[in-house]
Amino acid sequence: MDERSKKLRRLSVDAFAADKRGHIGPTLSLIEILRVLYDDFLKFRPEEPNWPDRDRLILSKGHGCLALYSILADKGYFPEQELTTFCKHDSRLGGHPERGKLPGIEASTGALGHGLPIGVGMALAAKMKGKEYRVVVVTGDGELNEGSVWEAAMSASKHRLSNLIVFVDHNKYQSYGPTQDVLDMGSLAGKWTSFGFSVKEVDGHNVKSLEEIMDQLPLEPQKPTAIICHTIKGKGFPFAEQKADWHHKAGLNDEMINEMYKCLD
Amino acid sequence: MRRVCLNAVHELACESDQVVFIGSDLGPGTLDKMYQEFPDRFIMEGISEQHIIGMSAGMAMEGYIPYVNTIAPFLTRRGYEQIAMDICLHDLPVRLIGNGGGVVYAPLGPTHLATEDIAIMRALPNMTIVAPCDADEMHRFMMKTLEWPHPIYIRLAKGGDEIISRDDLGFEIGKSILMRDPGEHLFISTGVMTQLALQAAERLHSEGILCGVLHMHTIKPLDDEMLFNLLPQLTTIVTVEEHTRIGGLSSAILEFISDCSIKSTPVVRRVGIPDKFSEKYGSQSSLLSHWGIDVDGLCSKMKETINIT
Repeated sequence: MDERSKKLRRLSVDAFAADKRGHIGPTLSLIEILRVLYDDFLKFRPEEPNWPDRDRLILSKGHGCLALYSILADKGYFPEQELTTFCKHDSRLGGHPERGKLPGIEASTGALGHGLPIGVGMALAAKMKGKEYRVVVVTGDGELNEGSVWEAAMSASKHRLSNLIVFVDHNKYQSYGPTQDVLDMGSLAGKWTSFGFSVKEVDGHNVKSLEEIMDQLPLEPQKPTAIICHTIKGKGFPFAEQKADWHHKAGLNDEMINEMYKCLD
Repeated sequence: MRRVCLNAVHELACESDQVVFIGSDLGPGTLDKMYQEFPDRFIMEGISEQHIIGMSAGMAMEGYIPYVNTIAPFLTRRGYEQIAMDICLHDLPVRLIGNGGGVVYAPLGPTHLATEDIAIMRALPNMTIVAPCDADEMHRFMMKTLEWPHPIYIRLAKGGDEIISRDDLGFEIGKSILMRDPGEHLFISTGVMTQLALQAAERLHSEGILCGVLHMHTIKPLDDEMLFNLLPQLTTIVTVEEHTRIGGLSSAILEFISDCSIKSTPVVRRVGIPDKFSEKYGSQSSLLSHWGIDVDGLCSKMKETINIT
C-alpha cells in the first residue's frame, strides 16, 4: 500500500476516532476506487462544487461515506480537520452522506438501492441536454440484492446510457456475513452483462489497474458500463479484513484506534 | 379529470422545456400528442415504480420538472422509500400523479385501491398533496404546478364528474375554497367528496339545516388561516374523505384543532373508510355507499352530530 492510500485511510481513522464508531470494513474496501476516480477520472472543481459540467459521483453504498469524505477533504472540498466532527450533533458529516450539507455530495444515500435509479435520471438528463458530463455510481455488492438496482440497470441499457458507469465494490461481505452465504448472486459479471452493460473486472485495490480501466471508459459507445472491483473488506487492517463484525463498529476504544494508526505507519 | 391532468402536462411541456413526463407501463396511446411533439420528454418506463421515482429525482436534480404517472397504490406504496428519500429528503419538484385515488378501481379489489395514500404521503416532510374536485379545477391547479418548488402528490379521481368548481373562486395551492358559506355547521371535504358534501348541504338546507362546505383541495400544507378564521363560528364539523379515517383529511383537521389556541372548538365527526381492507367489489359509488359515504350518509352524520352539540 503506497503512502497516498495510507493517508486517505488515516483521514478515515481520524473520523472513526472522533466518534468511536463507523462502517469500517465498507470504507476501507472503497479507498482505492474513489482515490483513482478523483485523482484520474472525474472532472470537478472543489472551489465550485456545483460547476454544471462536473462529472457526478453518487456513493450509492452511503455507509462507505468516510472513504468519500476522506477524498473530498483531500481534494479541498472542506478542511481535513472537519473529519473529526464525524457524526457530532452539528456536523456536516453524518453517518451517511447528505446532499446540500457537504459540498461534493451529489445525492443523499444510506438506504440501499437508490443510487442507480438517481444516476440513470442524471445520465438521461445529460443526454437530453447534450451535456458531456458523466455519471458514476458506486455500489456495494450486498446492495445488489435490492431489486431497484436491476430495475434501473434495465432502464440504463434501454436508454443506451454510455455516460453512466457503475463501480461495484465487490468485497464479498455484507452485514451478516459472506455475500455468497447470505444471498449467492452467482456471476456478477454475467448478471450485469445480461442486463445490457459492458463489463470488466479489476482488482479494486490495484491503483495501476484501476487507472488503466478508467482510461478505457466508456467501454462501448452505446452501452452503460459496469466495473466489478474485487476488493477486501477492511483492507489495510489485518484484524478487520474479511470479518463480518467489522462491518460497523461502535464503542471503539483507544487501543483499537491506535492499532489502526499503527497499520498505516 | 385524468385526461385533463395529463393533457395539462403536455400544455406545460409546451410552455417549459423543463417538463418531462414519466410513465410506468401506462395504457396504449397515453399522451400520444405529447409523445409526437416531444418524444425526448415523454419517457415510458417498464413496471418499475421504485426506479422511476429515483430516476425522476435524478432528473429533477438536473433541472427538470418530472411528472410521474401510474396507478396510485403502486406509485405511493411500492416506491415509498424512494418518495421519502429521493424526492422529499432532497425537496425536489417532482409531481407524482396517482391514477384512481380512493376506490375508483373498486371492481379490481384491494390491490388497486388507494385508501391510505394521503396518510402516507402526508407523513413525509416537504410533500404537498392536492386532490381537485373536478376536471376544471384540475386544470387550474396544474397550471400552478410549474412554479411550486416542492414535491406534489396529485390524487386523480375517476373522471366524468360534474363540474362544481368555479373560476371566479380561483385556485392557489395550499388555500382552501369555501364553496358554501357556513352558519355554525360545516362539511370539510377533499377531492370529489366535495361533490357529495355540496349535495348533502343542499338537501339539509331544504330541511332547514344550514351547512357550509369547505373544499380542502390541498390537504398538505393545510390552510390553517381559513380554519383559524372559521372555527370560532362553528359548532359542528363533518369531514368527508374517500380515504381511511386514519391519517387523512380528518386527521389533519383534528390535529389542527387540537394544536390551535382557540378556546371553544366545534364537535368533529368523520365520514371515511373504516380501518379494513375492502371485502366488496361493484363500483366506486356502491363501495362508498357500503361504508356510508354518500349523500344519505353525510346528511345522517351531520344531523347526528348537530344533535350531540
